[in-house]
Amino acid sequence: MTVFDTQLPPDPMLERRRLVQEASAKKLRGRKIRSSVFMSSLSGALVVSVIPLGFIIAALISKGASVISGTFLTATPIQPNLLDQDNIGGIGNAITGSLLVDGVAALIAVPLGVLIGLYLSESDSRPSAILRAVAEIMTGLPSILFGVFSYIYIVTAMKGYSALAASIALSMLMTPVITKAAETALRDVPVTLKEAGLALGARQSKVTLKVILPYAFPGVFTGVLLALARAIGETAPLLFVIGASIIYDWNPSHPNTAMPLMIFNYAGSFYESQQAAAWGVALTLVTIVFALNMIARLVAARMRREQR
Amino acid sequence: MTVQTAMQSEGAGRNPARGFKPRAGSDRLYNLALRTVAVLFAAIVAAFVWSVLHQSLPAWGKYGFGFLFGTNWAPSEDVFGAAPLLLATLITTGVALLFAVPIGIGTALVLTFVLPRKISTPLRSIVELLAAVPSVVYGLWGLSIVVPWMSHTVQPWLASFTDSKGVFSGNQLGLGLATASIVLSIMVLPTIVAVSRDVLANVPNDQIEGALSLGATRGQVMTKVVLPAAKFGNLGAISLGTGRALGETVAVAMVIGQSPAMPGSLFSLGSTLASTIAGQYIDSQPMHLAALGACAVILMVLTAGVNFLARLLVRRTAGK
Repeated sequence: MTVFDTQLPPDPMLERRRLVQEASAKKLRGRKIRSSVFMSSLSGALVVSVIPLGFIIAALISKGASVISGTFLTATPIQPNLLDQDNIGGIGNAITGSLLVDGVAALIAVPLGVLIGLYLSESDSRPSAILRAVAEIMTGLPSILFGVFSYIYIVTAMKGYSALAASIALSMLMTPVITKAAETALRDVPVTLKEAGLALGARQSKVTLKVILPYAFPGVFTGVLLALARAIGETAPLLFVIGASIIYDWNPSHPNTAMPLMIFNYAGSFYESQQAAAWGVALTLVTIVFALNMIARLVAARMRREQR
Repeated sequence: MTVQTAMQSEGAGRNPARGFKPRAGSDRLYNLALRTVAVLFAAIVAAFVWSVLHQSLPAWGKYGFGFLFGTNWAPSEDVFGAAPLLLATLITTGVALLFAVPIGIGTALVLTFVLPRKISTPLRSIVELLAAVPSVVYGLWGLSIVVPWMSHTVQPWLASFTDSKGVFSGNQLGLGLATASIVLSIMVLPTIVAVSRDVLANVPNDQIEGALSLGATRGQVMTKVVLPAAKFGNLGAISLGTGRALGETVAVAMVIGQSPAMPGSLFSLGSTLASTIAGQYIDSQPMHLAALGACAVILMVLTAGVNFLARLLVRRTAGK
């Protein structure tokens, strides 16, 4: 009888697979550990980036809420003195000053921004591409440069500081923001709507006024609110164009004051009462800014739902 | 015959085209108005750039490009060199980015790929609200909370690591470059997160799924697939953050100490280009005003350049 040698040489393919599996099993542990370390460090990054907002909100509420009262919001400021350190009056004129300055800035920036947006949305020519790039770069320029601009032209021409000079500086800041939002919203208007209007024999200007602008209104409105929210918190462009004021004043050609400017001046004050008041103004300002942002968000969300 | 007359009479009586004549005149007016506004805007921008350039001319005339390297900024002696301001601007921006870039992009990764939408959407709104907080409020927070904390806790601790000439040497007032950098890093964070998140959301899903199916871990997908795919977009996000940090004025002015001397360490007091303009512009002598104008020109060139770059980079990813 012949005896067969059952001991075959190992299959090289199987052997190789075994080696690979062994190696990868050994490596897998390392890869999994490295992956989970990386992922948890990412979560750490999230926590670190949310913490500051918590700190700031907590400080705003704990330090600001106790300062705010009816008098604080409506009275005009009083310079404290060594005998009466706690009597600082209120911030009423800074609130109306902000309203005046930002209102006039919006009066300039909204029509300008919407019209430029309209022009850009209807044209793809080379000049309009350049204009679009310029507007976009302007949104990233430091706001203090617009203060310099307004100082050189308006303060020099009017021979003095004024709310109008501040409004013009802020309108330079708002216009490109509104332009961008308006162009995006206007480009989203379905061509069919526009063509239907034209096919009915309406003029281009009529179609724009009665069809395109109403359809794009929520988007434009959101852009205006966001621009306002940004402008109302700006300090740098006001610093050397608005002057100072401690009374209610609705005349745009007079010097005035604004909420962010008041925070800036009070924060470094010698008097503790004024330092505390800075937090009160800050809480008021942040509330207004957040409210504007919230409304803008709600309008945008509603618009998305309706157009879907 | 009768039919023909009817048609003729109808055509003669009421021309359907009448009243629908294209009123080219009015459309031309409309186009003209739009074009005028566009030209007006271009003129305003040109006037803006011209005004700042024009104001700075005496300073360039006196110092030439040496203005950028002059180490002495002394308004009382009528001597102006922008190097201390430029250096303070670059240091604070650089240190701020050192913190803000990894944290910002990490946050964007978590928001996009890790958390379920129900949690990430409100968190996103929170981070975006951080961007809406006015910079003067960051300044107030920095001045009354970060500055004392730096002065009592962080600076003595860090100083124990270096000798009397190191990066962490010098005064421990709390004010200075280090504090400004921290406040700046918090301020640019939301910009980086928001843009980076938009970029990451556009990374094609099939690439991610392909990597997962080949057995890559989640960490490997992030580092080897997602981040390389979003490279240019993230660089754009960082550039936008850089632009914001370079030009931030009020918050920096409140915590940096406003002293335009050459910085010796991270704890030195300093003054950036923007904060110097903010602090000294009012009631300046002509040459001082020109020097501040020159600072404004440098600032404009830097930020416009960075923003232009950001635009190119973000578009490059979006276009793909």
